Amino acid sequence: MFKELSDSKQLWLVVGILIVLLIWPMLMPRFYIYILSLIFVTALLAMSLNLTIGYGGLFQFHHGAFYGVGAYTFALMLTKTSLPMWVGFVVGPIVAAVTGLLIGWFCVRLSQLYFGMLQISLGSLIWAIVFRWYTFTGGDDGIHGIPRPAVLSSSNNVYYFILLVLVICLAALYVIVKSPFGATLQAIRDNPQRCEAVGINVRRHQLTAIVIATFFAGVAGALFVVLERFVFPDLLFWTLSLEIFIMCLLGGWFTFAGPMLGAAIIVALRIFVGKYTQYWTLILGVILILLIFFLPEGVMGYLLEKLKPRIKEATERG
Amino acid sequence: MEFGQSFSFAALGSQFLVGLSRAMILFVVCAGLSFVLGVLRVPNVAHGALYMIGAFSAYSISTQIGGNAGFWLALILAPLVVALVSLIAERVLFCHLYQREHLMLLLFTFALSLILGDLVKLVWGATYRSIMAPAFLRGSFPIFGSAFPRYNLFLLFIGPLVAVGLWFFVNKTKMGKISRAAAVDREMVGALGINVSWVFAAAFVIGCCLAGLGGALVAPTISITLGMDHNIIIEAFLIVTIGGLGNIWGALVGSLLFGVTQSLGVLFWPQFAIVFPYATVVIVLLLRPRGLLKSVW
Repeated sequence: MFKELSDSKQLWLVVGILIVLLIWPMLMPRFYIYILSLIFVTALLAMSLNLTIGYGGLFQFHHGAFYGVGAYTFALMLTKTSLPMWVGFVVGPIVAAVTGLLIGWFCVRLSQLYFGMLQISLGSLIWAIVFRWYTFTGGDDGIHGIPRPAVLSSSNNVYYFILLVLVICLAALYVIVKSPFGATLQAIRDNPQRCEAVGINVRRHQLTAIVIATFFAGVAGALFVVLERFVFPDLLFWTLSLEIFIMCLLGGWFTFAGPMLGAAIIVALRIFVGKYTQYWTLILGVILILLIFFLPEGVMGYLLEKLKPRIKEATERG
Repeated sequence: MEFGQSFSFAALGSQFLVGLSRAMILFVVCAGLSFVLGVLRVPNVAHGALYMIGAFSAYSISTQIGGNAGFWLALILAPLVVALVSLIAERVLFCHLYQREHLMLLLFTFALSLILGDLVKLVWGATYRSIMAPAFLRGSFPIFGSAFPRYNLFLLFIGPLVAVGLWFFVNKTKMGKISRAAAVDREMVGALGINVSWVFAAAFVIGCCLAGLGGALVAPTISITLGMDHNIIIEAFLIVTIGGLGNIWGALVGSLLFGVTQSLGVLFWPQFAIVFPYATVVIVLLLRPRGLLKSVW
């Protein structure tokens, strides 16, 4: 399974990036540590979405709902109960995955756009409940000042904690994508009729993919709470879901690491461009249009296309 | 979280009428969305932003001119402004993408909605705006023992008018027939020597024009503000889906269901009123996954 990875120079690239990320907090001011932490959280969210969109070919239009469910569950466990943090950290993603199972169970019966629409309506239902249930979720105010355990008091510790969880989740996602299950999922994406004919249970595979993806979205939601210490209903609003969707497309949804790159670009752009102008969405829209016209495979897809001949040449020479 | 106050049949009746007039605005917007969806096969995410532009330009026109004439002119000119914006977007950018993947078209309209949303902020600013209905539509009259706004009655009159107009256009005019044919089989329409690209442009502009009309109609009833596009677009998509994609009468049925459950929800359980229409959509989609009426897809 890891043969492909260890064969190439990719392994060294991954190790190199990891080392840079490990020493990053020692060199950089706190603001940049925060930005990178936020990028990690968003990257995990985009990666989880890509399991359903890129590998599953499913119109997962309301992924943000599961992110929000994970975040809210974790936040509520921390504020309303006296259980230790790690219990909430396990329960949050599980609740998100159960929600994914329930919603996905209905959605996989429909195809393409109808799938997306049903998911948006079910997700909006959750959003509406969270938005209005003042006594439980805090309504449109959200929940603020969520306590953090003493271990995670410094921003460096938060950074390392998020990085650790991210690396574990990415490894898990990589294993899943390269497993027979992942291969079947991609086959279903490319030709569902033929897969059905071969005897693959298409719906069950799609549903499994949704549950896995929503679980990791829940993990990302819990990480968001660890980082920001607040939750608000916008986490479940559909505009966020579309933004994650864009991250996948921008980075390149047919590559494994593409969505991470997309998330990094969008988050970094929003923070740095947002400093200078209040018209951030205008710029995002223009970027998106340029992307549609000139880079339909995404940034990562474009890079791989450009590098492919060179890598091939290098391996032939070597 | 108390479950409903004491309510009478009179309150039920007047709330039903309020829901009905709300449904008329939803119908005008959704009919446009559904029309574009039927002909171009693109869920136009920018529809909400165009609706917002309609409302803001109605504000500008009616405050510039003032009085009764201002309102009526706004009702006519605001949709034309929106039509112009959509025509430019379609001819300059969108028409080059028709051969591309479906998802890319969807994304393009999303990008357009982001850009238009910020352009509205650029032109009109982030403050709340409101306009008045003309004098004879202000105030209310008693019905079922409670006050019913006159403007809502006007909406109840406009909605069917738009429906009949659309029916006439789609069924009785040549342009409507071509657009219906293009919805079913675009290659065949092209083979008959009709410029499909311009049919698409016309359908897109007409659909967006209806979004502008919806925005102008809603302007006197709410405060016009940024972000009003986010709510309407999600509602419109759900309505169009439960009605049957691309079916204009489905949009009517869906709007009625959505508007009435929303307003009756206020009566039964005010805190969770917004849950009711979404729950209705879920139930409809579970029972009839392809929508209530026949979809053109």
